Amino acid sequence: MEYVPNKEIIARRIARIFKTGEVVNLGIGLPTLVQKFIPSEVNIILQSENGILGLGPSPGKGCVDKDVNDAGGAPASVRPGGCFFDSAVSFGIIRGGHVDYTVLGVLQVDQEGDLANYKVPGKMIPGMGGAMDLTTGARVVIAATLHFQPSGAARLMRRCTLPLTAIHEVNTVITDLGVFEVFGGRFHLTECFAPYTPAFILERTDADIIVKNDCPVVTVEALSER
Amino acid sequence: MIVKPLISPADAAGKIKEGASLMVGGFLGCGSPHTIIAAIKVNGTKNLTLISNDAGLHDLKNGKVAGVGHLVQARLFKKIIASHIGTNQEAQRQMNAGETEIELVPQGTLAEQVRAAGTGLGGFLTPTGVGTEVVKGKQIILVAHKPFLLELPLKADVAIIKAHKADKAGNLVYKGTARNFNPLMATAAALVIAEVEEIVEIGQIGPDDVHTPSIFVDFLVKAQQLV
Repeated sequence: MEYVPNKEIIARRIARIFKTGEVVNLGIGLPTLVQKFIPSEVNIILQSENGILGLGPSPGKGCVDKDVNDAGGAPASVRPGGCFFDSAVSFGIIRGGHVDYTVLGVLQVDQEGDLANYKVPGKMIPGMGGAMDLTTGARVVIAATLHFQPSGAARLMRRCTLPLTAIHEVNTVITDLGVFEVFGGRFHLTECFAPYTPAFILERTDADIIVKNDCPVVTVEALSER
Repeated sequence: MIVKPLISPADAAGKIKEGASLMVGGFLGCGSPHTIIAAIKVNGTKNLTLISNDAGLHDLKNGKVAGVGHLVQARLFKKIIASHIGTNQEAQRQMNAGETEIELVPQGTLAEQVRAAGTGLGGFLTPTGVGTEVVKGKQIILVAHKPFLLELPLKADVAIIKAHKADKAGNLVYKGTARNFNPLMATAAALVIAEVEEIVEIGQIGPDDVHTPSIFVDFLVKAQQLV
């Protein structure tokens, strides 16, 4: 079976997790994609660490306000009832446990729930930005990542080798192959995305993975409906 | 109310001396004092220490530079304290080449360090960074068996900040996400210069609507460039 990277399925699956009223911070990159797949009947409150509760969709051309950006620096909008605040309040919200979910990209994530996403020594050193606070403070930490690195090695590992962003904080990893809950020092595969199989994932991932007894194999089409 | 001096961008830049620590408001250029930044670049004041959320923008491929990235490009900093330099490839290059010392700080910790300095706190305990390289050289304190890092306040010689509107007394109102680190930095530097788009008479900003009280602001500069 050939592996074809698929970011969209990750975003579609994550978008189905949230319930109305929950406060969610979506990281830069892949996690930002999630916003457009959130079902219209689900009314979540997006937090943006640069100082927004009630982040709205990207504004159309001609509606751009230079003073309203998202945390990636892109033009943004705010929904009715939303608000702005300074960075100390923003991180008070984050560290104070008032954010239900943080969704962020990772370079590596391990079966202990550790993640690495801010530094490749000597090569790429973007910095942690708000990621350390978000992973420490949010109630649920979701790592969103393509299953494999360009080299072919899995980003899900026994132990991260890069400098860590946080330890023991990741609750769920969602890749383009499936959904993994992280607890007890192991990944637990609870859902697998067709055409891949649990056997394929186990064979290609050097980590301890427990396949849940009733682990369903889900199609992309099933994730598109709703 | 005391009226705060309205000074030129060049005069504002002249108040920053070689070797000073400098806070610059803004988040990836949004809410940065672009006019004062341009004037500092003209002055070329060197050996500064930058305290800012990020290093602005600099794409080495297309040469696009924005925000405090202009000062990084001019090599005015001996040290940069920031949470993120990923959008400034020149800052990363300077870091890897050992030309500029860069200290990366979690964003919430950086904001709180500035706030602590401005509000007279001796530091604060945060769970952020426990188990990571951020711990290096810091004290870990257990509270109810949970580990926290002791983080210390961070102040500066000068803060240059950006607000949307000021009255002549220096009361400030911010707009949108351009607020970010600006109100915090207004409290944490010996000298605070606020760049604003609009200056109104005293009394035209209602007392309930003031984001930064006038006592924190020393000088006002009228914005001439907004990006």
